[in-house]
Order: sequence, then C-alpha cells, then structure tokens
Amino acid sequence: MPTITIDGKELTVDEGKTVIQAAEEAGIYIPRYCYHPGLRIVGQCRICLVEIEKMPKLQVACYTRVQDGMVVHVNSEKAKRARQQVLEFLLVNHPIDCPVCDQAGECYLQEYYMQFGLYDPKMIEDKNKKHKAVPVGPHVMLDSERCILCTRCVRFCDEISKTSELGVFNRGDRSELLPYPGKTLDNPYSANVVDICPVGALTERDFRFKVRVWYLDETKSVCPGCATGCNIEIHTSKARPYKNEGRRIARLKPRYNPEVNDYWICDYGRYGFLFVDDDSRIQQPLVQKDGQFNEVEWDNALYMIHGVLNQALENGKSVRILGSPQMSNEDLYALKRFGNEVLEIHDIPVTVKPLEKPYSDDFLIREDKNPNTRGAALLGFDTDHAATEKLLADCRNGGVHSLIIFHHDLFKGFAAEDVRSALDKVETVIFVGSNMQPTAELATYILPACTWAEKDGTFTNHAGRVQKFDAAVDPLENSLPEWKILRRLAKQFGHAFAYFEAEDVFRDMAKKVPAFAGMSYRALGDRGMVINENGRPSQQAEVKEELTVVSK
Amino acid sequence: MNVHDKYKPLTWWDKTYIPLVIDGLSVTLRHFFRNIRLHILNVLGIKTKERGAVTYQYPEEMRPLWPRTRTLHRLMRREDGSPRCVACMMCETACPARCIYIVAEERPDVQIEKQPKIFNIDLGKCVFCGYCVEACPEDAIRMDTGIIDIASYTRNGMLLTKEQLLNIQPKVENYVARPDLVEGQPIY
Repeated sequence: MPTITIDGKELTVDEGKTVIQAAEEAGIYIPRYCYHPGLRIVGQCRICLVEIEKMPKLQVACYTRVQDGMVVHVNSEKAKRARQQVLEFLLVNHPIDCPVCDQAGECYLQEYYMQFGLYDPKMIEDKNKKHKAVPVGPHVMLDSERCILCTRCVRFCDEISKTSELGVFNRGDRSELLPYPGKTLDNPYSANVVDICPVGALTERDFRFKVRVWYLDETKSVCPGCATGCNIEIHTSKARPYKNEGRRIARLKPRYNPEVNDYWICDYGRYGFLFVDDDSRIQQPLVQKDGQFNEVEWDNALYMIHGVLNQALENGKSVRILGSPQMSNEDLYALKRFGNEVLEIHDIPVTVKPLEKPYSDDFLIREDKNPNTRGAALLGFDTDHAATEKLLADCRNGGVHSLIIFHHDLFKGFAAEDVRSALDKVETVIFVGSNMQPTAELATYILPACTWAEKDGTFTNHAGRVQKFDAAVDPLENSLPEWKILRRLAKQFGHAFAYFEAEDVFRDMAKKVPAFAGMSYRALGDRGMVINENGRPSQQAEVKEELTVVSK
Repeated sequence: MNVHDKYKPLTWWDKTYIPLVIDGLSVTLRHFFRNIRLHILNVLGIKTKERGAVTYQYPEEMRPLWPRTRTLHRLMRREDGSPRCVACMMCETACPARCIYIVAEERPDVQIEKQPKIFNIDLGKCVFCGYCVEACPEDAIRMDTGIIDIASYTRNGMLLTKEQLLNIQPKVENYVARPDLVEGQPIY
C-alpha cells in the first residue's frame, strides 16, 4: 500500500488508486470535469492538473496512479495557475449564455470560475457557432456551444447504458458533441447524461425553463417506481408556486447509494412523479350517490364507513381488504393491525399482476413495479397474485359484503368484465388512494391518501433493504397518509392506535416484527439497512460524508 | 453631567415669552413680505432670477427629478420589437420585496432561446430599491420613466403585466436637465 503526501497530508491509500481519489480520501477537492467516479477515466479536460515532485511537467490527477513516496502539491502556485489557464481555454468557445442556461447555479464552469477563474480574459477571437437547442432524445436537450467535450455522456452511453448513441465529431475547435446519424438518445437511462454533464450542454426537456435551480429545495427520498428502490432527491419549488405550471415537484435526481443504484436512475422513475401534482388527485373524501360523487368532511366519511362496516360485522357478513405494495412499511403495518385487531381479517392480498408484462432489464429496472412487495411479504401479507384472484372470485360469488381497496386499479390486472361483475356483487366498495382511476369510480366511498412525496416512511426493496424517505411537500388539500386514515377509522371502532408520526408506527413495528428488529429511522440513515435471511437486520449502513466542492 | 445643564436658566424677562414670540413672528413676517414682494415682481416680469417661496403646485407643476432618481419600471425592447428580457430571473431573485413574478417560455429565435411568458411587477409591494436594474444582465429592465404618480383604486391595478411594462411611454421631461452632461446624450 503506497504512502503519499498531498499538500502536506500524509496518507496510505490502496494500490491502483489515482491521485484524485487519494486526495478525496484526504479531504482535498481537486477540480474535475471529465472525471466521474462511476465512469472510465480518460484525462480529457485537464482541469485537475497537479504538481508532483520529481516529475518534469504537471500531471492530471485523475489519471496518475499513486506510487509510494509521491509528493503532490494541489494548491501550489504553479498548479493553480495551470488550472486557471485550462479553464480559460475551456471557455474560449463557451457562449457564456448563463442567463438562459438551465444549468446556471449548478454549473461547474461557474463554480470554478468564481473560485479560480482568470477574471481578465485574454481571448479576443470570435466564438465558434455550433448547434443550439437540439432535442437529441425524448428527455434531453443538447446545446453544443456550451459543451466542453469532457465526454462523460459519451462514456455513459458506452459503459452504463451500453447503447452508444453519442459521439464527438469533427476536429480541433470545431469538435462537437452529437448523436450518431440516425440515432436518438432514447435509452431507458438517457436522462442520466443530464446529471453527469458538468456544464449546460445537456439539459432536461421536462425541466426546461421551468424553475431556476437556486429556487429548489431538496428532500432525500426513495423512488417508488419499482422494487429496486433507487435513492433519489426530490427537488421541490415551494416558495414560488406560480412557476412550473403549479407543479410542486420540479424534478427528481438520483442520490448516490453504492448498494442500490450507484449514481444512476432510470427514466421511468425520473419522470414517474407527475401523478403527484396531477389533476386526477383526490383532494376530499367522496361519497357516491346516484352515480355522483359528493364531497364530505373526513369525520362524516369515517362515521359513515364505520356504520357500514360495523353493521356488516354484526350481521356476520364478510368484510375483506385488498392492500397494496405501493404503501410504505408503516402504512402496511397499520393496515395489518387494523385488519387483525379491528376487522379480524388475517388474509390480506396485496398484489395485482399487470396484464401486460412491464419492461425490465438486469440493471435497475425490475419487473415488479411496486416499491414495497418485499416489505408486504415480511409483514405477513399475501403477495401472490392468485390470492387477489381468489378475493375477486369470492366477490363474484356474492360472499363479500364490503371491500376496502388500497390504491390498486384492478382494470390493469384483470379483464374489465371480471372486475365489474365482481365489484357489482359487493355492496360497499371503499377505495383509499391518491388518484382518480376506473376502479375508484366503482367505489361508494373514496378516501384521499397522500402520495409518497407527501409523507414520511420506509420501503423495503427487492433485496430486503429498508430505506427511509422523507416528505418533500405537504399533503394535498385533505389527503392523509394511509396509516393516519387507518388510525382514525380504528378510533371509530373504539381501538386506539397510539401513533402520532410515521416514526411511532415504525418504532412499534421494529418491536413487534422480527424482520425489522433493531431498526430505527436514525439507524437507517441515508443508505438503509438490509434484512438478512434469518429475518434480522444484518448490516449497519456506513454513512460517508459526501465530499463537496471546497473553495480555495 | 446632565444634558440640560448646557441651557442657560431663563431670566424673568425670558419667562414671559414675549421676546421669543417677537423673534419667531419676525422670521415668519420677513418671509411673508419677501414672498409677497417677489411674487408680485415676478408676475410683473421684474427680478425673475430670484424666486419666491419654493412650493411646487404638485399635480400641475412637477418637481424636476434628479437623473438618478428611480421611477416606474419599464421593460426594454430589441430592435425587432421583441422584449430584451430573457427570463433569467435575476431580478426576481434579487428582489427583496418579492414583487416580480416571471414565468419563462421558449423563444422562437433559437440563438436567444428564452423569453418571459409572464412578467408581472406588483407595485403595491415594490420598494423601489433598484436591485432588479442592477441585477439585469441584458439591460432589459430600467427605472427611468420619470413616472412617479403611481396609484390605483384596486390592488390588481397595481400589478403591471409584461405588455404594460413594455409599452410604458417614458416622461423624460420630468428629469432635470444636467448641464454637466454632453448635449444630445440622454440624461437617464
């Protein structure tokens, strides 16, 4: 293991590491454009030049491997001056159209220019004209003029998505990033190139001109799009609601987690948040009367539902529940308690398999589009599709008086006539969900649940990793988290669930369910904890501070 | 030491307040007769360089504005008539009163890319600090119209839209002419 000295700090690093990685371990930030820890190293941009003793010239920190006894000066006058001049070269053909550029505010050209830029430019030539505002794919907009040719996106398409759509064409100062002729950047991971682009060359089309990035608030969360549970950040625009067509969530960005998704996220997940601010959101409890939905207060709705369910139970009629793996562990635990203690139901199916097989691959996108199927299984729910089929068959035979459906659109998993014939036989259908959809329209009572972005909770992903997500925005109008709905409904039956926050539910669950023993929101941290085969949490998540840009 | 110690104690003659009343009234009367004399002479066309009391008959008579006075905002246009503004939202960010509301949209001209779809200034909130003008990288917003009589019967009337801001006619004549500026050069 070589021992090296970086800016006077001596440290021992692993064999084969490069200077930039070693410096990161020492807490020294070296500027970088082309270097990205998730991609191959090319040494393209030269901004990471450092002075290494006994070497005749300055070396690129990203490409130079550490050797025993190496003495590196990151902040020597010579190295600083070199980086300043490299930045000047990178800006030779940059249009400096920051006012119209969506990257402004998170742009590394701006960042480094403010830190060590040559404030008195020597360049007097005219700038080259290249392609501007080219939509290269369904999600990505390209501006070749702004590109500094770091080739991060080219390498991403070669190595991570393995689709090779992008390339650098022409030579010299006419070099230009473009898609290969006849190709469009439409792979399922295409928008990741926007995240890794250090400048404004690749920007998102959905986010384009909507909000300036410095207006955004960030919340750590987990993608609800599939069983992988990619770590994300929800960027919300709360202070200026007139922007972004009233959408509160501006965009999603992947969050680094080496155990789950590294630096990446798929496009389905990235643009899967639009339902949160959709017009179809249910904002008030609704009661159907003669085919019309009337808005009622929460207390009235719960009182009526209690009346219906209580009468059914007293008359010995059957009340059934269809849960959903879209619900968080907390919601499912509250549902389990509600089923067991209040209604005395012990078999609650949760899974509805879609009719069409959804897209999946062997990288991040999984076939199971629910974030918490594993959690539901661990909590003792029946995650087999056949159980739901049997429930519908019972309904069709007239054996079910009342049915509580959480979130599911049954028309996506069963033939339309099957669903209709089954739900027609059920006297009272109660739907708890966030958005209006065909199944909800068949219900007598509709209770508004909030979406994952509006509540705290945890998901258990396919590998048994329990991950925490935070509320990014307030619940829309009168919607509530499912566990709160169940708590209030249980109170009508005279059962007190002593939960005031999602954390209370989790604490109770950690005590009662062996799979979650020893877990708490604090212990889960940013990376989550894994449930091992004997159903015990095995691994304490190691939380490493992300190295941020350190000013000189 | 008590601060009041610096005042001389009043004598019995002072305590009658007769000298102070005479003193004060003499100042008033001096101005009164001076103004009467000058106004009559000015009306007759004599001694016009010397003016009477400096009272502006405001709505009819405008007090000249100093060239740097910040007055009502306006949005500038390009040579082709389109707004100079590129909706970078620097003014909106800099605004301490949060009175600027911008929503951006795509501009047909791909070289400029961006333009405001909505650009509202709520003058009921504006504090006329001029930070928006300082922040603008395109010289698209200025506060040089010379219009200071901004009033409305409704709150909505104080909200100026993009079209209104683009079509404001500046009243340059309200500004005082600066003799130290070269003739022909705009004073704002």
